[in-house]
Amino acid sequence: MSNASNKVFAKTWMIAVYVFLYLPIITLVVFSFNDSKLVTVWSHASFRWYAALAQDSDLISAVLLSLEIAGLSALMSVFFGTFTAFALNRYKRFKGRTLLTSMSSMPLVMPDVIVGLSLLLMIVSVQNWLGFPERGLFTILLGHALLGTAYAAVVVTSRLREMDSKLDEAAMDLGCKPMQVFTLVTFPLLVPALVSAFLLTFTLSFDDVVLSSFLSGPGYSTMPMVIFSRARLGLNPTINAVATVTITVVTIAVIASSFYTSHQERKRKREEAQAYSDSNK
Amino acid sequence: MATAPKETNKAAQEVLLRVENVTKVYDGTVKAVDDVSLTVMKGEIFALLGGSGCGKSTLLRMMAGFETPTKGKIFLANQDITNLPPFQRPINMMFQSYALFPHLSVWENVAFGLKRDGMPKDEIADRVEKMLSLAQLNKYAKRKPHQLSGGQQQRVALVRSLAKRPQLLLLDEPLGALDKKLRETTQLELVNIIEEVGVTCVLVTHDQEEAMTMASRIAVMSEGYFLQVGAPDAVYEMPNSRKVADFIGNVNIFEGKIEEDEPDHVTVRCPECIHYVGHGVSGHPGMDVGVALRPEKIMLSKDKPNSDYNWCAGEVIEIVYFGAHTTYHLKLDSGKVIKAQELNNTRDLSCGLTWGDRAYASWNNLAMVVLTQ
Repeated sequence: MSNASNKVFAKTWMIAVYVFLYLPIITLVVFSFNDSKLVTVWSHASFRWYAALAQDSDLISAVLLSLEIAGLSALMSVFFGTFTAFALNRYKRFKGRTLLTSMSSMPLVMPDVIVGLSLLLMIVSVQNWLGFPERGLFTILLGHALLGTAYAAVVVTSRLREMDSKLDEAAMDLGCKPMQVFTLVTFPLLVPALVSAFLLTFTLSFDDVVLSSFLSGPGYSTMPMVIFSRARLGLNPTINAVATVTITVVTIAVIASSFYTSHQERKRKREEAQAYSDSNK
Repeated sequence: MATAPKETNKAAQEVLLRVENVTKVYDGTVKAVDDVSLTVMKGEIFALLGGSGCGKSTLLRMMAGFETPTKGKIFLANQDITNLPPFQRPINMMFQSYALFPHLSVWENVAFGLKRDGMPKDEIADRVEKMLSLAQLNKYAKRKPHQLSGGQQQRVALVRSLAKRPQLLLLDEPLGALDKKLRETTQLELVNIIEEVGVTCVLVTHDQEEAMTMASRIAVMSEGYFLQVGAPDAVYEMPNSRKVADFIGNVNIFEGKIEEDEPDHVTVRCPECIHYVGHGVSGHPGMDVGVALRPEKIMLSKDKPNSDYNWCAGEVIEIVYFGAHTTYHLKLDSGKVIKAQELNNTRDLSCGLTWGDRAYASWNNLAMVVLTQ
């Protein structure tokens, strides 16, 4: 095949992939501005469904609940995930290490349905036995934190692994007690990993529908649960509106963060080049 | 480029570090360090030299406090520090990877240890200033480690470990991460700074050149114990065993038996030649010995020497040109290959030997060392 036709093929392929990935999303966004009550028939542009969304207290409270759960469970995940990663990385020999290693990554491969079901069974029996916890916010949080901890542990572990372990020793050598080593050296260096672990687990929790469905009680419906149940009753264009709002927020966040990281990267490259040319003077 | 051994300090030397019968066993079976004892004098630069896995790093880490000896004791200025944690020892270490804190500036890196000691702020500023000017780093004070070149990072690491004025400075492969050209200049800079501060040093290296140029004494280590301890020239010119002779520099070893054993000379008969050694050795006639001969002590010529001793003949099978000198590989009649190094002191390659030539190698009767171990 010639070079030119290679290029044509590559381009076509790329366009096909983009269409496949983004056409549905674009359709959704466009139809959120549709005046018609039917999701698939275009009449004319309007903000009708956004107005309806503002009135839809069920959906709004579901979004707020989702945000609350995602935020809290992400915090919990990062907290426990960091400790797990630490134990696995810094303490090479302790009893049950192998068990902890495999158990901590189990939720990554276990189907959500199984995790959700087993958690539900456990919670129900604990509830029968002790009288709590009532199914609701707390139980959903528990489930999401369980799943998130596994993901956060993976993210933090990879960062810890690439960190020079001599830094800890250097800190100790210069007079740090073990706790100070953590607060003055390890923690500041972990911050980027903690942020990305937080974002990842936040997202996981925000779009989870399986675990939430198993673990929620009356009065506690997260946004994905509401969307899911409404979709089964026949789509309502309000859903398009709420999805568009979500997409907008996510897009802005993603673009901003990629701008920031590429800016940092360029700055770093420039400074390294500067150091190199300085030292050759 | 070897700087002369620095034994000029006070006549009555104080012992700073004493390691007594230290053994370190890993996992119950692997002996990393095997019953090692050593003393380091105040003001000395002491090198632990050996290949990878010889136990030199483990020994250094025990001095720093990152490992505890399985057996034995370590004393610093007569105080038992064997079980003291690293953050309580008046010892600082410069790491091979430098281990500079990437989130802190050069200034903060150097001040890090001082802040942990709760030193007043103005004193810290003073000390850091002094340290930075010692390494000519003042104008880089605000930079982060990644904004520095390799040589600058190395200097930051050095002054950071000197900032607390430790009684003992440990250097782990101090030049390991630099390229060859930078090494030579950095080596001298490093020694100058260390001597200016006057701190006692223990350094670990696998590079014999580094050990010889920097240290006043060297301990050659293998399989967890010391083969020989001595000044660089003593270790080089008077190795006490085949292992040391082989590890430090290049060497040709002839195996043979002592024939004559007189107080002022010995002769050793080898399959290739007879060695006439111009000094006595502690051996007896008939004893199996090795005769070690450094390549640079061999003279090559096309003409047969008219002596009964200290020469052999062979065919030139390899010529390796190094610029300042050339190494010839000579295949002797017995099949043994020896190396001879000739200085290129004129611009035409002096002795005019080429591949396949028959050449005679000869040497002085004080050039070799008789090895009984």
